[in-house]
Amino acid sequence: MAPRAAARLESLGFEQVYEYRAGKLDWLAAGNPTEGENSKRPRAGDVARKDVVVCGLKDLVADVRKRAAAAGWDVAIVIDDARVVLGQLRSEQLEEESGLAENSMRAGPSTFRPYVPIKEMADYMVEHQLESVPITTSAGQLLGVLRKGDAVREAGGAATARRMITS
Amino acid sequence: MATLVDRDAIETMVKQGAQLVEVLPAEEYVEDHLPGAVSHPLRQLDEGAGEIDRNRPVIVYCWDAA
Repeated sequence: MAPRAAARLESLGFEQVYEYRAGKLDWLAAGNPTEGENSKRPRAGDVARKDVVVCGLKDLVADVRKRAAAAGWDVAIVIDDARVVLGQLRSEQLEEESGLAENSMRAGPSTFRPYVPIKEMADYMVEHQLESVPITTSAGQLLGVLRKGDAVREAGGAATARRMITS
Repeated sequence: MATLVDRDAIETMVKQGAQLVEVLPAEEYVEDHLPGAVSHPLRQLDEGAGEIDRNRPVIVYCWDAA
């Protein structure tokens, strides 16, 4: 649609026409602010906690477990240098595993975009019994972790839209 | 052919005077739009073009690249 709009404007004599081809989806998925009715309702990115414990592939699970416990988390996210999510250490891995995070993590966890309405996230997490989920940009970079309890609490009365994106 | 811009360039361009134009249906604009954007749905673009400043850069966008 945007390419056709750009072409039409040029045909109408506009000489400085640019196209943001990645579009609103890209903007929203990066967690950027918007204007409009939906901007007044809480979304996954608004409710996600940013103080989540993260670690690298070569970190020792025992060390991560201590950091997580000290910070009050029962989950840790394994990321690379660009904060791209590589895996997740849930409570069962943190409690039982030793060795490297790389060998203990659950690789490729489902991630969700920050613009998903919180009501939709709450319903999904309850239905699928998910205690926490990573919230990432479309490039897979960690923005935070959404806890089910937070999502359910914030969801009260929030409207549900239908653009659930997971990857 | 229009020049492609990415997310990082938009803020700078808008600060320098570029106009953001969403060409999706108006209902989608009402739900969510980029800060400062105006709505000119593709099907009404001919009628709305007169409201766009020809002397400033225009950045058009829709939902995604599809």
